[in-house]
Amino acid sequence: MTERIRTDVPAIEVRQLHKSFGDNEVLKGIDFHVDQGEVVCVIGPSGSGKSTLLRCVNRLEEPTSGTIMVEGMDITDEDTDLDKVRTRIGMVFQQFNLFPHLNVLRNLTLAQIRAKKRGRAEAEEIARRNLAKVGLAEKADAFPSQLSGGQQQRVAIARALSMDPDMMLFDEPTSALDPELVGDVLDVMKQLARDGMTMMVVTHEMGFAREVGDRVVFMDGGVVVEQGKPEDVLGNPQHERTQGFLSKVL
Amino acid sequence: MRPTTRKRLFRGVLYAIFIVAVVVVVVLADWEAIRTNFFNLDVAAEAFPTIVTEAAKNTVIYTVIAFIGGMIGGLILALMKLSPVGPYRWVATAYIELFRGLPALLVIFGFAFAVPIAFSWRPPGGSTGAGLIALIVVSSAYIAETIRAGIEAVPKGQVEAARSLGMRPSWTLVSVVLPQAFRIITPPLTNELVILIKDTSLLFIAGMALGDRELTTFARDTVSSQANSTPLVLAALLYLVITLPLTQLVAKLERHNKRGR
Repeated sequence: MTERIRTDVPAIEVRQLHKSFGDNEVLKGIDFHVDQGEVVCVIGPSGSGKSTLLRCVNRLEEPTSGTIMVEGMDITDEDTDLDKVRTRIGMVFQQFNLFPHLNVLRNLTLAQIRAKKRGRAEAEEIARRNLAKVGLAEKADAFPSQLSGGQQQRVAIARALSMDPDMMLFDEPTSALDPELVGDVLDVMKQLARDGMTMMVVTHEMGFAREVGDRVVFMDGGVVVEQGKPEDVLGNPQHERTQGFLSKVL
Repeated sequence: MRPTTRKRLFRGVLYAIFIVAVVVVVVLADWEAIRTNFFNLDVAAEAFPTIVTEAAKNTVIYTVIAFIGGMIGGLILALMKLSPVGPYRWVATAYIELFRGLPALLVIFGFAFAVPIAFSWRPPGGSTGAGLIALIVVSSAYIAETIRAGIEAVPKGQVEAARSLGMRPSWTLVSVVLPQAFRIITPPLTNELVILIKDTSLLFIAGMALGDRELTTFARDTVSSQANSTPLVLAALLYLVITLPLTQLVAKLERHNKRGR
């Protein structure tokens, strides 16, 4: 298996992806891709399958059928070293999922040491650099329970960044936050996008999608209904279901 | 009558009943018999210092051995019970149900006498060692259920976060799941420990050599030889000396751990 990362292929390429939970088919043949350096925002009503699609990309959900290529490598292949692939895909959860028994610094160094086999000193240096990037350098010794939701989510982003991922997946990163805390998290994400990070963002923040997204994908009922430039999809939706959804959220 | 007056009257009646009860006990009790039988200083002097240096020490040692053994056995059984491999689950379930359903006394008796005779087995540490193995076997079953509940109480998102960072299942278990599980189960585990301290008294059925005796056996033997019950009171006090600081310590630990929740 080659470890070389190819730059001539999409960062993420999903083909004919089906996913069922029991009798309930959540994804009904999705074709989807994210190019390297691209920011793709996935929007749609709850239950449309957008979070499931995102969770299939690092196989937190097992696809029922279809292929998922990450940087040209088929991650649904049984021989793929999934743990290695996951170190290249940063993931940010709606509920932050920081490790509550570890302080912020140890949250950021744990996987670096355990999965990337970095030394403690190097891991801490990288951790502190990423904490500074999200504006929380002074919180290294705090425990997650001592932080606000917005701070916790920024720590979670710094934790994912500390693995030096090639791409980041965001699963409704601001949905669990109080409204006044959303801005800080979005600012960090905007900075990431400006730095050229490949991003797949499942979100309800239409303002963010319009401002930062290179492409917006609208999903409903387990299929991709419409996609394109943010100003087209959000400003001039072609499909009836997109129009209906946007009229409710905008 | 106004509600506050009625409440005050009721309170007064409660105090009156209490005072009458205390007076009756004080007047009727045979203080001389209590003093000579339960608080006899000569007998107490006779029991010291062996009751501390030997009996209490043995109680603590047996408890520590049984608890450490029970934690190791319990962790293995809990992981077996959560295993995706069916036969492991079945074995763990059968073990846990069996030994939680049996009286510890019966298991100790079995390990100290029945098993050695049947298989000509010479248990390490004599019949005391056999009894300790039995205590470990039983406590493993209880502790396994506690640990399993703790592991299941750790939110699923914790495992997902660790796995999404590329951590292997084994590291995820060791660095993320188990530390949180043990925090959650600190109170029930302390209960197990306190129960275990008291259950070491069941070892008397194994029949212990003189130097091996723990508090209850020692007290029982001394009661017989002195024809006086003071050693029982001493043993009771020593049990409390061991258990009370422990429950306090755990309360403190819990407060400390709250920070990391």
